[in-house]
Amino acid sequence: MAAAYGAARRRRQALWFWVFTGPFVLGLALFTYVPLAWSVWLGFFDAHNTVSPTDFTGLDNYREVLGDPAFRSALGTFVLFTAFIVPATYVLSLGLALAVGRLRAAQAFFRSVFFLPTACSYVVAALVWKLSVFNGVRFGLANTVLGWFGAEPVAWLSATDPPWYWLVVVTVRLWLQAGFYMVLFLAGLQRIPPQLYEAAAVDGARPGWQTFRHITFPALRATSVAVVLLLVINAFQAFDEFYNLLSDARGYPPYARPPLVYLYYTALGQGQNLGLGSAGAVVLALVIAVVSVVQVRWFGLGRREA
Amino acid sequence: MPISRRLLLAGGAGIALTGCGSNTGRGGEGSGRPRLSHWYHQYGEAGTRQAVGRYAAAYDKAGVRVEWRPGNYDQQTAAALLTDSGPDVFEVNGPTLDQIRGGQVVDLTGLLEGVKGDFNRAVLAPKTWDGRVWGIPQAIDTQLLYYRRSLLEKAGVRPPRTLDELVDAAGRLTAGPVKGLFLGNDGGAGVLGGTPLYAAGLSLVTDDGKPGFDDPTAARTLGKLHRLYAGKSLLLGAPADWSDPAALIQGLTAMQWSGLWALPQVKKALGDDFGVLPFPSDGPAGKPAVPVGAYAAAVSARSGRREEAKAYVKWLWVERTDHQEDFALSYGFHIPARTSLAAKAAKLKEGAAAEIVGFTNDYGYAQPLLWTVAAQTAYQDALSRIIKEGADPEREVKAAVRRTAEELRRAGKKS
Repeated sequence: MAAAYGAARRRRQALWFWVFTGPFVLGLALFTYVPLAWSVWLGFFDAHNTVSPTDFTGLDNYREVLGDPAFRSALGTFVLFTAFIVPATYVLSLGLALAVGRLRAAQAFFRSVFFLPTACSYVVAALVWKLSVFNGVRFGLANTVLGWFGAEPVAWLSATDPPWYWLVVVTVRLWLQAGFYMVLFLAGLQRIPPQLYEAAAVDGARPGWQTFRHITFPALRATSVAVVLLLVINAFQAFDEFYNLLSDARGYPPYARPPLVYLYYTALGQGQNLGLGSAGAVVLALVIAVVSVVQVRWFGLGRREA
Repeated sequence: MPISRRLLLAGGAGIALTGCGSNTGRGGEGSGRPRLSHWYHQYGEAGTRQAVGRYAAAYDKAGVRVEWRPGNYDQQTAAALLTDSGPDVFEVNGPTLDQIRGGQVVDLTGLLEGVKGDFNRAVLAPKTWDGRVWGIPQAIDTQLLYYRRSLLEKAGVRPPRTLDELVDAAGRLTAGPVKGLFLGNDGGAGVLGGTPLYAAGLSLVTDDGKPGFDDPTAARTLGKLHRLYAGKSLLLGAPADWSDPAALIQGLTAMQWSGLWALPQVKKALGDDFGVLPFPSDGPAGKPAVPVGAYAAAVSARSGRREEAKAYVKWLWVERTDHQEDFALSYGFHIPARTSLAAKAAKLKEGAAAEIVGFTNDYGYAQPLLWTVAAQTAYQDALSRIIKEGADPEREVKAAVRRTAEELRRAGKKS
């Protein structure tokens, strides 16, 4: 009697488990795993303008995409972008958090002000940067400021020597995301027990750099790891600001072309080379997987504290 | 059985889930006339959208729903053609070779019976593959060089007739904040495309399907474009790109490469203070060049009503010459694809418009169908590096030729 009751209960629990998770599992399978597997399959075919190709070509697409200097330079662009944006955002958002955290008055106000850009869309921000802040003519904001000092207008997005476009690309993302990471750091700062600072002061640590170097920074380790991981993942996904800043009706310049933009033009534009695009996507996914694993190992994310 | 709250919730969720997916947007099966959907890209000129709606409403053999699609139209149609929920009829800046060979568009040769000779040959050629026609040209567009007469006179520069004169003129017209020439914010690689090659007597793809710029002349001509950039006489980073005549009208530049569509705006803003030129020739074998092209009406092979769709396309883009003329000339400014209509149109008979029609007849070239997107990307990348980075033209051209040859081999393999 008790056993029958237990079995019925387990059945009921299983039923409810599927009622609640079923739709999400189904969605995940349908919209993530099926396209993923399909993409891997497409990578082995000559799939121009079709998602049900018949012309098996083995590893040709992989050979072609890895041999394409444009794809290799896209990977280089991504590395360069990450090298700029990750440290820049880290330093800026930590600095903002330290400054805002010390405020005695109007802290909530400044927190909101710096956080606000996070609510802006990448597309809108990119257009504002392109059309008004960094346009190339004399009445652009940046060029107006340069004009006060008697400098010539700079064509920010069109100039390749020096590559001013990096300034535009990096600053737009910096403006958009620094406030968000500032909030993460603020939360981290507030979790540091005040006794640590008191003990340090008693031991003779000077406030300022010494305290930051030996107390604040080490205590923020967990937050820092999370922030760096998120920043790198976000940098991998870079598409919106690059595409909206640099593309035009006739295509995309051969510089500052991150992998997703390259794949977009290969597979989704009029090119419609879905086989080659899929091969590129698989290569990119492998790169991301390797980098993530290395990062997790390096930082020991998820490892239990000893 | 008592109904528990949880059961009710589950039932509700079930109903909500089945509720999705029943509306496919293809209703109206039982309402007598067949339904067709017809896609257009977003035209910038006021009134075009209403006009195409009027034409569609005037067709009595089918109910035509016009879809006006802003944004990346080429990408949207390319993706929609892979599914069953795409358009029946759509306009396309093509169709591309891969679309034709992939069986995505329907053979429309029969629609042109008896009137094929009346369509502009240059723009019909890229719509033709294997002797069959895959899209009906709607209206011809072209691009050309606009210049401010007064600025040229002030600088003592005569309208450039050769590429060297153009480079020289752009330099002399650059004064302070006013630049000599505007070829687009990317420095010209995008919009010029193959035009300088044709101006040097070369081509993108030869008639027998070989790369048309495997020649030392190509590197020499394209190399001259770098002088424009290096001499700081190109306008870069303008708020509105080359397709909009704003830079010329606002006095940011003395000369601008733009489209025929800009003519009414330029005329209205500048009156007589402007002139038009084709892209100037270069070298002894060269002659001036202007690109011509046409959006075409095509029928999707995945449409369930292909015959009805073909009949509708024939009605609108072959038979109704009144609609065609209205479409080409009443809103924006295009040349009708039918030569008989273009010859009749009063608006094209005088002034700059007549000159431009002359350019298209004498110097017009259309991008060959065999010029695939991959070849174009390789060429455009090469051109951009030549113009902006001063890369070695010979090496860059050679790389683009190699990629083009590969693409042409792929195209030849399956035909």
